[in-house]
Amino acid sequence: MGLVFLIQFINVSKAFDNKTLALRDVSTRIEKGEFVFLVGASGAGKSTFLRLLLKIEEPTKGHILVGNRSISRLSRRETALLRRNVGVVFQDYSLLNEMTVFENVAFALEVMGCTGREIREKVLEVLELVGLLGKRDSFPLQLSGGEQQRVAIARAIVNRPQILLADEPTGNLDPDTAWEIIELMNGINKWGTTVVMATHAAEIVDKLRKRVIVLEQGQLTRDEERGAYCREA
Amino acid sequence: MRKEGPIAVKLRTIGYYFRQAGQSMTRNLWISLAAVSTVAISVFLVGIFTLLVLNANYIVDNFEANIEIAAFVDVETPRGEVLEIQKQIQALPNVASVVLVPKEDGLLKLYGRYGEDRDLLGALGGENPLPDYFIIKVKEPERIASTADYIGQTPKVYKVDYGQQEVERWFMVSSKVRIVGSGLIILLTGAAVFLIATTVRLTVFARRKELHIMKLVGATDWFVRWPFFLEGLILGTLGALFACLGVYFGYDSFILEFAPEMSFLTLINDPVTIYSVLWKLLAGGAAVGALGSLISMQRFLKV
Repeated sequence: MGLVFLIQFINVSKAFDNKTLALRDVSTRIEKGEFVFLVGASGAGKSTFLRLLLKIEEPTKGHILVGNRSISRLSRRETALLRRNVGVVFQDYSLLNEMTVFENVAFALEVMGCTGREIREKVLEVLELVGLLGKRDSFPLQLSGGEQQRVAIARAIVNRPQILLADEPTGNLDPDTAWEIIELMNGINKWGTTVVMATHAAEIVDKLRKRVIVLEQGQLTRDEERGAYCREA
Repeated sequence: MRKEGPIAVKLRTIGYYFRQAGQSMTRNLWISLAAVSTVAISVFLVGIFTLLVLNANYIVDNFEANIEIAAFVDVETPRGEVLEIQKQIQALPNVASVVLVPKEDGLLKLYGRYGEDRDLLGALGGENPLPDYFIIKVKEPERIASTADYIGQTPKVYKVDYGQQEVERWFMVSSKVRIVGSGLIILLTGAAVFLIATTVRLTVFARRKELHIMKLVGATDWFVRWPFFLEGLILGTLGALFACLGVYFGYDSFILEFAPEMSFLTLINDPVTIYSVLWKLLAGGAAVGALGSLISMQRFLKV
């Protein structure tokens, strides 16, 4: 494991409004199948890191490679195809409240033009995986925060992407629920999906002992295998 | 994923687009109704002005086809010379036809007016006092004034008459109707595009989160666009349909009501012309709807 690189940032900088530097000269590589914590205070550039990977933002300088391809040269259509291969989960779940759990997950497959039967099979399978099969006809607002986040994860992985990005996925959850979410993501990682999770939940990072990339004011200041949230003396 | 032909994927996706468009319209029923009425009112007004302009053209064309110059020749001119003058006039570039009305015919007309039994000729001193005159049709009615002037300068022609003031007034009125009407049609079309864009923007805005998520899970631009395109197309067509019905029945009753009272004007009343106007209005409404819809959602595709 860890021989095939999947994501590479090469001297990436991102400026907003030509002054605030969200990322400064960040270079790193993430191998296929890794689980990486992206750690740092609010505004340190974690979200920008993820948004650049999804091509929601463009880097001001530098290159980002996904699977050997520079994503800055992708056409709008290729960008859509890239995103089908990169699942994403947000702190606010980003579910559509007027759709049922089933429909929310099916949404990601409809976009790709899957058949009704195909969609049904895959959605039920993934809902079982996240433990929400029984709630498939509920609406998001009838669910707890942890359940909503599991729906969001189901939507992010229903298409079996190679990469799963998570931006503070446990930010709105109590510690026990947060752990369930982390365990779920850990499980997804064990089946081979590369996971990049931005967080500032120190105890989670410390307990899991995964690779930790630390951003401070846009700069990559630390990158450790089996790292902790704070630098160990 | 199981492989299947691209056509099957396309067909299924088209079904999805229509379902989405239908869902959006029923979910945002009031906004949809607002969009339909917006298009209906705009297209109705465009239709009314189109018919106004067409009728102005029609009236002018009719009028133009009927205007002619009367050129009167001195009474004493011998017939041979009159025929010579006729040839000269015929040779002018803007002259389509020249018909000689000899003084004998003029007299007959007088008899027709006053009765055969009167001894008009006797009353007039035994000699026909009427002049020979020509009825001249022109090729380009716009240039009738200069042609008439030119003919008026021909020796022995002592008077030309083509209802100068009337003709000039008509040309002025009709060109104003044409310019103002065309301007209004363009303005109204622009306003309709803008209004439907604004209206559809409300539905798009209501769904902006959905669109954002769609883009994040890998929807292509056109995948997001199509349902809105269809929605705009359907709403535009519906609105235009109502407008066409309004224009059709409105114009019909207008003709029935006022045409007998305005016998001096002939209005367009042939179904072919009216149907072609209605078809164009319908197509225009559909295009305006689709265009407005696409314009209003472009901003939300930027992700």
